[in-house]
Amino acid sequence: MAERKIRVLVAKPGLDGHDRGAKVVARALRDAGMEVIYTGLRQTPEMIAEAALQEDVDAVGLSILSGAHMALAPRVLELLKANGQGNVKVFIGGIIPDEDVPRLHEMGVVGVYGPGTITDEIITDIRRAVRGETVAGAPGTA
Amino acid sequence: MARPLLGHLERLKPDMESLAEGVLGGNRLALARLLTQVENDTPTGRAALNDLFPFTGHAHLIGVTGAPGTGKSSLVNQLARHFRQPQGEQAPVRVGILAVDPSSPFTGGAILGDRVRMRDLSGDPGVFIRSMASRGSLGGLASATASLVLALDAAGFETILIETVGAGQAEVDIARLAHTTLVVEAPGLGDDIQAIKAGILEIADILVINKADRPGVENTERALRGMLQLAMPGPRVFIHHGLADSSGNTRERMEPGTAEAVAGGPVWHPPVLRTVATEASGIVELAQEISRHKKYLKESGDWERRERARLQTDLQLLLQSALLNRWQARLPESKYQEVVNRLSQREMSPWQAVQLLIEGEDR
Repeated sequence: MAERKIRVLVAKPGLDGHDRGAKVVARALRDAGMEVIYTGLRQTPEMIAEAALQEDVDAVGLSILSGAHMALAPRVLELLKANGQGNVKVFIGGIIPDEDVPRLHEMGVVGVYGPGTITDEIITDIRRAVRGETVAGAPGTA
Repeated sequence: MARPLLGHLERLKPDMESLAEGVLGGNRLALARLLTQVENDTPTGRAALNDLFPFTGHAHLIGVTGAPGTGKSSLVNQLARHFRQPQGEQAPVRVGILAVDPSSPFTGGAILGDRVRMRDLSGDPGVFIRSMASRGSLGGLASATASLVLALDAAGFETILIETVGAGQAEVDIARLAHTTLVVEAPGLGDDIQAIKAGILEIADILVINKADRPGVENTERALRGMLQLAMPGPRVFIHHGLADSSGNTRERMEPGTAEAVAGGPVWHPPVLRTVATEASGIVELAQEISRHKKYLKESGDWERRERARLQTDLQLLLQSALLNRWQARLPESKYQEVVNRLSQREMSPWQAVQLLIEGEDR
């Protein structure tokens, strides 16, 4: 039986065109032995949820620098749940104001990562969340 | 072929029942989960495939291979878009896509980026795209790709596009799996000596020069046509007896057509086509050649011959790994290590070691 690989979708919803961060994270996850499905720029929440379903991923990483995270994140979570994928762990990276972080956690986002985050922290969090363990900073959501 | 009734699924465990039945019932989440189980070669996945196998054998499998950066993903995107348009009276076919990208040989991780070029297909319930990592397989596909194809076939996708990893000269597994193999070239990648080397160009049923708006397209086309004129056209089927090397890969040769096929039957001459996938130009002509090739396969009998050869080779690979596993399970590890020690001390040759291990087992 083959080794179980963690599959992660890395997507950039919204209209900003800065995908450097998403690519850095995708590369780091790859180097951590994960299979990263990279979907590129300007994805709608519908496109992200559909890709997450077809690829049967364990986690979804959203890169958002446009400030639209409070609209995009709940929509992605809602669509995942509607598709029967409420168990998929959602992570967000980008420019997220501190006051929004607890609200995102409440919605069900497992981890939120700003500029300067060490990629090892993201890798550790994804591994823990996929194993069903609690992730620091997100009580009760993992 | 008559489709069996669903009744035999009743005896399955609830878990598997929902997977296999879900797939047959068109449940996309069930299909996605089955693909994961099959890719990881789990008992659940195998059991579901056992029950789904009678429902397979209907899809037209189209392989798309070629060097990295020639535009395979964009071409797959355009072909799928084309197939999804109504063709006259007929309803559009449902399209499954398997896109394979390489796994890192160091970490086992992978970036699967083929979906980036396939965003046009998003939102179409008649399309299902799945990305796969090659997971150490060297022939251009992952070892589970053929099994994932079976799952998509059972799920009712009439056309399945299989995109290989960016392939060089030797990644020819796709020709064994697919009914119709497209080899994608782009201008400026090599001269006419590259074109007459053995390998990837030989497996083409259709040669596509993508990025045909680039300079040098005439030279590329001339080299490819020259290569085809040197070749002896004839019906080609992969030979049945794959010779496996130690890595488990199957080495196969093309066998010239049987005598009566050469004498009487139709002969396929691989066409050379120009496309610009980013502008959707040449796609209609390419789709026409694909359906002409399918018609040729059916009329010449090559379709059945290829199916049979493929199933036989798959069976042989499964047998090899099952026999190896069974044999290894019965061999004490200490004895195996002892033989490896004597081997590394040059006390015996690898052939003597094999003889000792196998004959020792029989006694």
